[in-house]
Amino acid sequence: MDSNSLDTMAEKGTSLWEDAWIKLRKNRLALMGLGLLIFLCLVSLLTPWIAPYGYEEQDLLMGATPPSAEHWLGTDVFGRDMLTRIMWGGRVSLMVGFIATAVALAIGVIYGAVAGYVGGRVDAVMMRLVDILYALPFMIFIILLMVVFGRNLLLLFFAIGAVEWLTMARIVRGQVMSLRKQEFVEAAHSLGLSQWIIIRRHIIPNTLGPVIVYTTLTIPSVMLLEAFLSFLGLGIQPPQSSWGLLINYGVETMEEYPWLLIFPGIALSLTLFALNFLGDGLRDALDPRTSKD
Amino acid sequence: MLRFALGRLLQAIPVLLVVITMTFLLVHSAPGGPFSADKAVPAEVLEALEAQYNLDQPLWQQYISYLGDVVRGDMGPSFKYPGRSVNELILSGLGTTAELGLYAMMVAVFIGVIAGVTASMRPNTMQDYVPMTAAMIGICMPSFLLGPLLVLVFGIHLEWLPVSGWNQIPGDKILPAITLGTGYAAYIARLSRGGMLEVLSQDYIRTARAKGLSEFLIIGKHALRGGLIPVVAFLGPAFAGLLGGSFVVETIYQIPGLGRFYVQAAFNRDYTMILGTTVFFATLIIVFNLLSDMLAVWLNPKLRQQVRGV
Repeated sequence: MDSNSLDTMAEKGTSLWEDAWIKLRKNRLALMGLGLLIFLCLVSLLTPWIAPYGYEEQDLLMGATPPSAEHWLGTDVFGRDMLTRIMWGGRVSLMVGFIATAVALAIGVIYGAVAGYVGGRVDAVMMRLVDILYALPFMIFIILLMVVFGRNLLLLFFAIGAVEWLTMARIVRGQVMSLRKQEFVEAAHSLGLSQWIIIRRHIIPNTLGPVIVYTTLTIPSVMLLEAFLSFLGLGIQPPQSSWGLLINYGVETMEEYPWLLIFPGIALSLTLFALNFLGDGLRDALDPRTSKD
Repeated sequence: MLRFALGRLLQAIPVLLVVITMTFLLVHSAPGGPFSADKAVPAEVLEALEAQYNLDQPLWQQYISYLGDVVRGDMGPSFKYPGRSVNELILSGLGTTAELGLYAMMVAVFIGVIAGVTASMRPNTMQDYVPMTAAMIGICMPSFLLGPLLVLVFGIHLEWLPVSGWNQIPGDKILPAITLGTGYAAYIARLSRGGMLEVLSQDYIRTARAKGLSEFLIIGKHALRGGLIPVVAFLGPAFAGLLGGSFVVETIYQIPGLGRFYVQAAFNRDYTMILGTTVFFATLIIVFNLLSDMLAVWLNPKLRQQVRGV
């Protein structure tokens, strides 16, 4: 990889990441997704300071008013500002998305890397376990966990993370397995490099691409799962709120006050949209097979 | 093929055992018994109730006797609907959910395959972008948002379609089927586009073109069979997902199906019902996965040889 002397002879070489960035920059939808995502994260981080009203602040004279100059997205039946509620709800939704995905990422990458690198019987046993877990009705297990241990945010992170790591483990394992047999890894071996250097220098950077792509695609599915549970009343518990819970409330009063359903719905859908387009774009950008056309 | 199926069935047994054990332990580790949520019950009544449901025995004994019951196909009585067994409740909801799932799948496959194949015929043109963007919207629009919006538009504003119930007013099955099917239609569209693109670049399609076959014959007779393999592989897990989707759709449209029963059981802490439905769902999912694997083997000659070789 560090072959600068060769590169000067030919055109200037680009690394996988530079290459990917160049390709991603051409994908307008993915860039829009990235931009929207950064914007949403910033808003969520700054919500305590920039939210137009207090979280529990009620304006009892303004119960369920449609959007206006004072309340851009209207107010709910208790006279609470919808924009503020959506911003706070977004914090929870995004947090669930990121933390649960991080849990899935940690378990999946370690599990898959060990299985793939050790190989042999250990790998067979480990992957058999993954197969078995795949066949379980996980949605039901999460609901069961929430029922048995009560609805709590921390549990939700781990329950969802514990479900979503399976695919990650499979992807990483497959990647590591195929890398181990590649010539450049063999070459590194024959040069006398230590195991650790090989893992750090060759295995990890080369598994990163698929892992990043899958991570971007896991976040929306995790957020969807949280929203689904909250919608059923089995997820986030008031006074905390999330977009799923807001949609749940919105449905109850949608005949009279449709904006209470529509705005949280738009927030959730747009975020899922952004993440999916970014994930698709990253997949195209990081796939070496599509490079150098 | 038979050996393949039998082998997979044998593999399913430990999976089911894991499901039953995990669910059983989870449910029994729940704080508070199933009757503690109700109004204060006299101690002797509570004891009598627990004796009636064998809750006074040690856990392992309850587990063994539950396993025995499940093997015989008896899921026990419902805690919250006195006098009704879990079997009865499951059976009464199953038909409804199966019907809903079937219609939803028909919607999904019909729309999804047409959209995907249309897109694959002229990749990277408007004919590709329009259906694929629609598919992306379908994926990002969860059923618990799409359902209420459809109700709002077609039920309440336009008053075209009934918005709740099942099998009571003509047309009350349309909105639930569309709500449940749309997300899957979107996935199927993406999968069939990908599969078709792969197949359309194969040599045998070029041969078919060279023979001067019409585009309709090339797609319909030669390409579809190979191109739809990813879709078939998706159908098994999709049916499993449909069960999850039925939770939402049956709740929105107040359909007396299995999904609604499960959500209610979860709310009411009806433990035998939760246990029973979980075991039942797991069995269904395993069976569907097996069926879709078998179908994939049957469709793909390469896999067929592999299976025969084993």
